[in-house]
Amino acid sequence: MTRLSDQAVARLRDVVAWPELPPERYEVRRLLGRGGMGAVYAAFDRRLGREVAVKVSNAPSAAGDLEARLRQESRVLARLEHPGIVPVHDAGELDDGRWYYVMKLVRGQTLGEHVPSLRGEAPVLSVFERAAETVAFAHAAGIVHRDLKPSNIMMGSFGEVLVLDWGVAKILGTPPPGEVPTDVAGPTPGDGTASGTRIGTPGFMAPEQQRGDASTAGPAADVYSLGALLYWMFTGRPAPPTADEATLGLAALPDAPSRRLRAIVRKCLAESPADRYPDAGALVQDLARYRAGLAVRAHRESPLERAGRIVDRYRAFILLILAYLLMRALFAWSQRL
Amino acid sequence: MNKPVLGLLLGAVLGAFDGLTALISAPETAPQIMGIVIGSTAKGLVVGAIVGWYASRVRSLGKGLLVGLIVAAFFAFLIALAPNPDGSHYWVEIMVPGSIVGLIVGYATQKFGRVRSPVQG
Repeated sequence: MTRLSDQAVARLRDVVAWPELPPERYEVRRLLGRGGMGAVYAAFDRRLGREVAVKVSNAPSAAGDLEARLRQESRVLARLEHPGIVPVHDAGELDDGRWYYVMKLVRGQTLGEHVPSLRGEAPVLSVFERAAETVAFAHAAGIVHRDLKPSNIMMGSFGEVLVLDWGVAKILGTPPPGEVPTDVAGPTPGDGTASGTRIGTPGFMAPEQQRGDASTAGPAADVYSLGALLYWMFTGRPAPPTADEATLGLAALPDAPSRRLRAIVRKCLAESPADRYPDAGALVQDLARYRAGLAVRAHRESPLERAGRIVDRYRAFILLILAYLLMRALFAWSQRL
Repeated sequence: MNKPVLGLLLGAVLGAFDGLTALISAPETAPQIMGIVIGSTAKGLVVGAIVGWYASRVRSLGKGLLVGLIVAAFFAFLIALAPNPDGSHYWVEIMVPGSIVGLIVGYATQKFGRVRSPVQG
């Protein structure tokens, strides 16, 4: 009798666990990843002739909260039509009662893999702003992500920035399913997502989420996570619990972000939600003001700083006017000789 | 303010200022200063209108600067063509600052001012 290798046994076990999707429509090809809520598979859509990703909930729980969460995630995604959010193509229920949904298969890198290739403030901000714009869109639609972290941001092969994993997202005004203490969002291998009502990821979740107060976490909690994400993009470290200038240490970096940008990060990471930007839209607006060389809400500048910023913004214009005046002065001077 | 209007305004203001500077760079022109200022303002208006119109159609700082320079230099050349009573010409005195004014208008109209949004039918 031939003995199967451990690898072959593990592969067979995986294949056996593959979901039985409608065979006339989908052919499951490989496992892409497994998390606390469910697994994601690459499948072939026979009808449309393309590869898709299928997320299937883990084995049904007695309370049915896993299915409820996955249903909610698919509905949240379907509601959020945005270039920064993976579109949902289809959803349904397997014969064993598990919920699944079909989405675009994203090829690319996670933010964690992509960030080392970003050098300097401008490329970091360019990627970050696109992720923040997506979150701002969700906030405008009344949805809070609640688990923003590097592994949930994906860079597509054409440079698109996608915000993934809306499994613990909350629709404002409605109690999210399974919010009662449970382990539905239980630890995902490798990403440290906390379980139960303490939803989020240490180092990226807002203080109110850390305290296990996930039900009251609003858009400002995502603003905190975005600030932590920006901090991580600059330093490679999760945000420290105290967000003062010295603890953050951004000014000491070789490619230190400017004082105004550091103030934006600090405002995002404020302990109290009231001291942060109210939502990601306000953060995006302040970043746009920053890039345009305008005063930002996060930083009260001194008259000297203001003058420096204005000179910096209009440098070429001022140089042209100075060149004109210099020319005129030279002509006047030569006339007097 | 849209780009053609910005070009017009900036061209007129800088043109008038450029004309007035003749009092310092060529004091002997004082008796004709009104004519110089009017002519220089008119030149600034025309240059500003052309450069502003161009900026509302083409978004390129390099091209905007080049168009500003060429258009302003051309009109300054036309003005410098008029000889002085002694038959000499103020080629450099008129053309160099005039061209810089064109660069300023070209830069400003590319960087600032609104582009009129297309009307939807």
